[in-house]
Amino acid sequence: MKDLAAITAFAAAVGGLTLTLDSGVWLTFIMMALYASLLAQSWNMLGGYGGQFSFGHALFFGTGAYVQAIAQSTLGWNAWLAFLGAVAAATCVAAFVGALTFRYGLKGSYFALVTLAFAEVFRILAVSVDFTGGGVGLMLPLRESFANMQFASRRGYIGLVLGFVVAAMLVTSWLRHSRFGAQLQAVRDNEDAARAIGVDPWSVKLGAITLSAAFMGAGGAFYVQVFQYIDPGLAFGPVSSVEALVAAIVGGMGTLWGPVLGAAVLHLLGEFTRNLFGQLPGLNMIVYGSVLVLIVMFVPRGLSGAGRSLRDVLRGRRG
Amino acid sequence: MTTGAVYALIALGLTLIYGVLHIINFAHGAALMVALYAVYLLKAHLGIDPYLALPIVVPGMFGLGYALQRGIINRAGHGKDEYILLVTLGISIVLENLALLVFKSDTRTIETPYTLTTVAIGPAMIALPKLVAFAGALATSAVLLLILTRTDLGRAIRAVAKEKHGAKLMGIDVDHVYALCFGIGLACLGAAACFLLPVYYVNPQVGAGFVPVAFTIVVLGGMGSFGGALAGGLLIGVVESLGGLYLGESLGQIGIFAVFIGVLLFRPQGLFGAKA
Amino acid sequence: MCCEGAVAEPLLSLSSLSIAFGGLRAVQDVSLQVAPGTLTALIGPNGAGKTTLFALMSGFLEPDAGTVRFDGHDITGQPPHLNARAGMTRTFQVVQPFAAQTVRENIAVGAHLREPRRAAALAAAESIARRVGLAPLLDKPAGDLTVAGRKRLELARALATRPKLLLLDEVLAGLNPQEIEDMIPIVRAIVHGEASSGLPGGVTVLMIEHVMQAVMNLAEHVWVLAQGQLIAAGTPAEVTNDDLVIEAYLGHGTAARLRGAAR
Repeated sequence: MKDLAAITAFAAAVGGLTLTLDSGVWLTFIMMALYASLLAQSWNMLGGYGGQFSFGHALFFGTGAYVQAIAQSTLGWNAWLAFLGAVAAATCVAAFVGALTFRYGLKGSYFALVTLAFAEVFRILAVSVDFTGGGVGLMLPLRESFANMQFASRRGYIGLVLGFVVAAMLVTSWLRHSRFGAQLQAVRDNEDAARAIGVDPWSVKLGAITLSAAFMGAGGAFYVQVFQYIDPGLAFGPVSSVEALVAAIVGGMGTLWGPVLGAAVLHLLGEFTRNLFGQLPGLNMIVYGSVLVLIVMFVPRGLSGAGRSLRDVLRGRRG
Repeated sequence: MTTGAVYALIALGLTLIYGVLHIINFAHGAALMVALYAVYLLKAHLGIDPYLALPIVVPGMFGLGYALQRGIINRAGHGKDEYILLVTLGISIVLENLALLVFKSDTRTIETPYTLTTVAIGPAMIALPKLVAFAGALATSAVLLLILTRTDLGRAIRAVAKEKHGAKLMGIDVDHVYALCFGIGLACLGAAACFLLPVYYVNPQVGAGFVPVAFTIVVLGGMGSFGGALAGGLLIGVVESLGGLYLGESLGQIGIFAVFIGVLLFRPQGLFGAKA
Repeated sequence: MCCEGAVAEPLLSLSSLSIAFGGLRAVQDVSLQVAPGTLTALIGPNGAGKTTLFALMSGFLEPDAGTVRFDGHDITGQPPHLNARAGMTRTFQVVQPFAAQTVRENIAVGAHLREPRRAAALAAAESIARRVGLAPLLDKPAGDLTVAGRKRLELARALATRPKLLLLDEVLAGLNPQEIEDMIPIVRAIVHGEASSGLPGGVTVLMIEHVMQAVMNLAEHVWVLAQGQLIAAGTPAEVTNDDLVIEAYLGHGTAARLRGAAR
């Protein structure tokens, strides 16, 4: 299958690059770009393929992050076990939110608003409750070992996140070539027509949101392992929600490579502005927000969509 | 109670934008923040009293709103709801983080000679600025409603809200009306900011504190229903004061969100509105 | 066959179906039956409530009163996707393609109702596309099709679900005379089969139609709806000669005027 070959090639290329590069800056860049791709790919499953735009994906990110942190440090679980718990928790939250919102037919702006509201509720809860460390947050003690999912070098983390990214890509590829994916996209493109030919929108959307949340939760758990710290703002605040959705849209929603492309481009842009202006608070988000507006204004199908249009024109398929 | 009236004013602007343009303005909170900073700067650097700043801030915010809608949202939206949603989100992100960049995250307040003045109303002692905010917000809302119901402009706006294509055929410049509405919506925020700052504060995240309440009011009152928004605002103001008193601030906030989510799920037409 | 002379139960049976929107009684006390293996038409002037009736049958709307029986089961108020699974598929008056997807992918979604495997669904899509004459357009995005193409796509997608009953809502609307002539044999073949196109037949069709040429040509039985109520039923010839029907379309007193003019 074309997709499998491309994914394998991609993994091999990134792997090769990681093993040969020595620069800490570049290795960190690859790690963060892959991390952003993971978030974007997760958003893409629900937003790009499912047509449901979530503005509060941090809900799943934060759940994954906190469960990982709490299970690993407070409860003393093995890191990998905690990871499974984190993904499971994020999936459960998604199942709950999805079952409720889709049952009542929330769409479009209302769905976006509700996801934002849920994320905020969890943020406030995280601040108010003790076992999350309250507003102070939680720290993960440093103990480098594979069993503990903490690595001495960036390379270890890159291997980990690359694994997640590849898994997400395989799932996305499955969405493109399966009955479930076909039904999901049908609901996205025209829900009534889909219903008339036998598709149950509720169960299909529910499937999409839980899949999406699993990977977003993995992203949150990964974040905790890398930065060894989490607090309510980082977990449930807008940054991860925005990063996920902007990267997916910039790269091209509803495509296999869009999120990866978008994540890479946004991070390059981030590096570039950081070199120009220094590390200023809020600068990254200004870039993300501006790029979002510009892309929607001029290239709404995203960079990969634009690339495809260009390719079609060159092949004489249009005009 | 004061906050209720101010919430109502904020919600009115949001309702106007939704009722006419049929878009949910995610940038409303950020715009309020911009207005608050404007009022702050006028006081802190030019010594202009917030109430006297009304004639500066309100038209200024109107202009900002008009330009945003005409220049960016209209063009970037391509007429599709999903894109408009994303664009207003993008704008809000940029505005909030620009403020963060320029002003840092410090919270600022202003000092006015009447900050501590109180007035006796019946048995209660009410702070003067709060009283002014309450009265001012109500007055502005009244003016807005008058404009909408009594003037030609208001008629044009209502025509566009009801039937865009018909309005176009009648010769109404729909794009212009859209931009006007957005401008008016933001002008409401300008007025709200002038009344609010003397009794409140400003920082880059301040919008986020008002947005959920504003949205809750709008959905409670029924998206697009002005009377509903007014009533909803006052109602929420009361609920919030009581909630804060008994539940503490955080849980009180969750209460607001719970109401918001609940209304969207179970009664999206709100308490007063009709289904869109 | 168990009981000679017994009347086979109709495939679809509506009993006293009613729905009102606010003060408007869109459908009032409508009862009709559709026998299996037949091609039945539902006609009536604009605003008669025909599409509302379809929505009630297929589960997009819940009636205020009355029942819908399909294939021996009461399906009143059952959601559309379950009705599709039970064998009732509906098309839309305003065509609803999955615009961003290709013709093949569109039809495949329909095929997936019965076929879980992707490759098989795509193959079924291709075969159906051939049978309705869409083969050259298989890889075109549905959004690029003409109205006629989209109508055919809508039909093909519905056929892919292998329905027992196909509800066609104005499948000929917006087509020019040549396109109508091309479409009529396809609709007939869906019900009665046709060797050359490979359509096996056996699907019961209930069609809302305004194009009288099609109704006279295709329908074995006609129901006439006006202002939410059934005003006539019978063969096409019977129905087009019915005074009530003429007046519903052309206004009060027309039937008498026409008779007067004919003398």
